[in-house]
Amino acid sequence: MNPHYQHLYDILAHSQGYIFPNEIDLQWGILIVVYPFITGLVAGAFILASLERVFKVKILKPTYQIALLTALSFLLVATLPLISHLSQPQRAYEIMITPHSSSAMAIFGFVYLWYLMVVLLLEIWFDYRHSMVVWANEKKGVMKYVYKILTLGVNDISPRTLKWDRKLGYIITVVGIPSAFILHGYVGFIFGSIKANPWWSTPLMPIIFLFSAMVSGISMVMLIYMVISWFRKKAIEVNVLDSIGKFLFFVLILDFTLEGLDQIQRIYEAEESFEIIKLLVSSKLYLTLFVSQGLIGTIIPLITLAFLQFYKHQIRLKKTIYFIIGLLVLVGVYSMRWNVVIGGQLFSKSFAGFTSFKVGLIGLDGTLMAAFWIILPFGILAFLLWLLPPWKMVEPEE
Amino acid sequence: MKFYIPPQIPRLVIAFAIFISLFLVARHFLVPDTFGKYGHYRAASLIDNANPEIHYAGQQACFDCHQDIEDLKAKDVHSDIHCEVCHGPGEKHVLSSEAADIFKPSGREFCGSCHALNAAKPKSAIFQIDLNKHNVGKNCNECHNPHQPWEMKK
Repeated sequence: MNPHYQHLYDILAHSQGYIFPNEIDLQWGILIVVYPFITGLVAGAFILASLERVFKVKILKPTYQIALLTALSFLLVATLPLISHLSQPQRAYEIMITPHSSSAMAIFGFVYLWYLMVVLLLEIWFDYRHSMVVWANEKKGVMKYVYKILTLGVNDISPRTLKWDRKLGYIITVVGIPSAFILHGYVGFIFGSIKANPWWSTPLMPIIFLFSAMVSGISMVMLIYMVISWFRKKAIEVNVLDSIGKFLFFVLILDFTLEGLDQIQRIYEAEESFEIIKLLVSSKLYLTLFVSQGLIGTIIPLITLAFLQFYKHQIRLKKTIYFIIGLLVLVGVYSMRWNVVIGGQLFSKSFAGFTSFKVGLIGLDGTLMAAFWIILPFGILAFLLWLLPPWKMVEPEE
Repeated sequence: MKFYIPPQIPRLVIAFAIFISLFLVARHFLVPDTFGKYGHYRAASLIDNANPEIHYAGQQACFDCHQDIEDLKAKDVHSDIHCEVCHGPGEKHVLSSEAADIFKPSGREFCGSCHALNAAKPKSAIFQIDLNKHNVGKNCNECHNPHQPWEMKK
């Protein structure tokens, strides 16, 4: 038999109860789990950077450029999981060139380009322009011209112009915060606006996505900061970790509260879909929801972070704990994306049955591809850190 | 007093103007020819969607050769189940007449995908058996002819 039909018969054998024919096979696989995960890291990293800039949290200075470059590296990759999921790379660009306001997906071109061109690239440019002018004068060979091109020929480093760099950069950051909110709120909206799916359809969805994005972005920047310091053989400043940890703690509480509210509302309303959702979370999503997202990704980090606010001894141990917490939170947020994307497709909209999902290893929609898209941004980040090293930046004279 | 414009602004305006122009030029060449003819989509996709590859032949094509099966089916409860529900898509077999091009299902699990006991299905709508109790170890078609299930084999 044709392998496609063989595949359908195989899953059909694993489905339970009554399901509609078009629900047997999941339309959105692991790549669609990776997409909101990566986009969330972009928004979260950017918001951490803005904290330093707009709210003048001086202690986060060492992570400011790292956060911006992290956001850029992940943003450049954000669309690629979608493209490999669709398996039509030869016409993938069409979503970018024919944006339209009438469809949540067709508006993506606007949201993405605005965030990349107007927010991230501009902010990084204003921030690095002074340094790039200096580097262009210091370096020789090709790199001299690379930096020259990157400055767009604005070589003026008089105090007045530099002041304008900071001023304009500040304006961009102020514009950037709502943009980051929109970018990730938009991803939540894609799910929240599907009214036929009771597991997705809630106006809280964009906000929940946003806060979990901030949680994941903050953890990721913390981890990257630690790894970079380790590579550069520089001491990790525990003050920086403490204040990142404090923000992570507050945002995690907000995130936990919002998701809790969403669930309490669902339980209390107990609409006709509630029975099947109850079965879903207590069987197929048990491990990823209660263990991975709830316990490992939220409760343990919350308790540990609260404890670390008071713990002042054994700095080395403290750093190790922060590192582990960062990883746990990322696992938790990834599980949250999984629970939303995969969970929402596992139960039948007849509310009387389940299908099953087995993720493949190879192919454009498989685990290896997903792992590749998660690893690729780190490669881009390494390149960006080599091209625009934050630790070699020219300090402006105040 | 002369109005001051920081030198970054004109350069960025030029850079953005170049980017937007390049985008518009690229868009001019990349947007498919028939895009927007009827609405915000590629009109030619209608033709593509109207001409997909055909997989299913329809049961009349089966009966054109397998008259005997048509007669068998007509007598029993599977008369409303079309051939390709169990045998899978048959267009390839219709064109080639090769036995290898059609799926011949067998096994308890296969019949069980409709007939296994399932609390979500009304018993009045479909005959259901408990696969764990009903003649365990035997294949369904040892007793039942799938084309005429109630005409038991001796």
